[in-house]
Amino acid sequence: MAVDYKALKNGGFMRQKQKNHFSLRLKVVGGNLTAEQIITIAEVAKEYGAGHVHLTSRQGVEIPFIKLKDIDSVKEKLLEGEVFTGVCGPRVRTVTACQGSEVCPSGCIDTYPLAVELSERYFGRELPHKFKFGVTGCMNNCLKAEENDLGVKGGYLIEWIPEACTLCGICIKACREGALTEEDKKIVIEEDKCNNCGRCVKSCPFDAWKGEPGYILSFGGTFGNKIAFGEQLFPIMQDKEQVFKAADAALDFFDRHANPSERFRVAIERVGWDVFQKEMSEFYYGH
Amino acid sequence: MDIKIDENLDITDVVCPVTFVKTKVALDELDDGQILAVRLNDGEPVQNVPRSVKEEGHQILKLLHNDDGTYTLLVKKVDDE
Repeated sequence: MAVDYKALKNGGFMRQKQKNHFSLRLKVVGGNLTAEQIITIAEVAKEYGAGHVHLTSRQGVEIPFIKLKDIDSVKEKLLEGEVFTGVCGPRVRTVTACQGSEVCPSGCIDTYPLAVELSERYFGRELPHKFKFGVTGCMNNCLKAEENDLGVKGGYLIEWIPEACTLCGICIKACREGALTEEDKKIVIEEDKCNNCGRCVKSCPFDAWKGEPGYILSFGGTFGNKIAFGEQLFPIMQDKEQVFKAADAALDFFDRHANPSERFRVAIERVGWDVFQKEMSEFYYGH
Repeated sequence: MDIKIDENLDITDVVCPVTFVKTKVALDELDDGQILAVRLNDGEPVQNVPRSVKEEGHQILKLLHNDDGTYTLLVKKVDDE
């Protein structure tokens, strides 16, 4: 019987150089696995693989050297341990994330639940070509948001609280954009210089800055054969629902405009960034 | 407000991450409520050391601007046990 390698690849079984061997890509969201899942993965790697796993560049795990004849047993064993297989091919791939504000002192947004939600909504969705989401918690950008087709970066919308401020000047020093100055016993924000990094909030010893979490989106990043950073087309947004609306609109644009096997960015460039921006604002702002 | 300084530390001769390491060690040696004065350079040290001190749970009282372009950060030790 002929082996349907394409179907296997779509389901995460990546054909190896070695005949009838596959590297099995697993589903990992936001780079987190439970200890139990890791035990299951280790057992499968020992029993059916070559005794090791490969950590991919996008927080995934692959178990190499799975034999064609074992594929069904491997799937069953993984499922028992609540480990799921990943995807490849023209669809939404693994959603990556840094640890975010629940773990990291620098984090501005809670990245993991957002990655889970994005994954639940979009993971595996069929598209003209692959599509990658990545969520990073702050301007330090550990998760490299702009490498993704759609990158999400956390920031703060800031507000100065005069009653709490002692004018110590630490925020002015902490701001790397030169957006803050002291004038007449007041801290003045130059809005067009502020990049929403939130360093003023994080550094203030007197809680004289309020920081509301927000999301900065970038579109059209690609870091394979073609290397280009995603573009930030809209200001920081505060509402998580807006992130999903923007993602819906971006995927819809990709579906309607891209030729088969054309990456998101290539489609945007062919159709025109102005057209993309216009379509996005209609979905995004509703006009 | 008069602040009684218990210990002085100069970190103008070191760079990150030693700036914070020295500050942390100096604070470790103090008792709860004692005050450390840290002399630090403009640029990276003044951008990052106050924030790291805050994240360790200590209380920053003041940042003094010295005439020679350095700063003095006054920190009150907060023992979290």
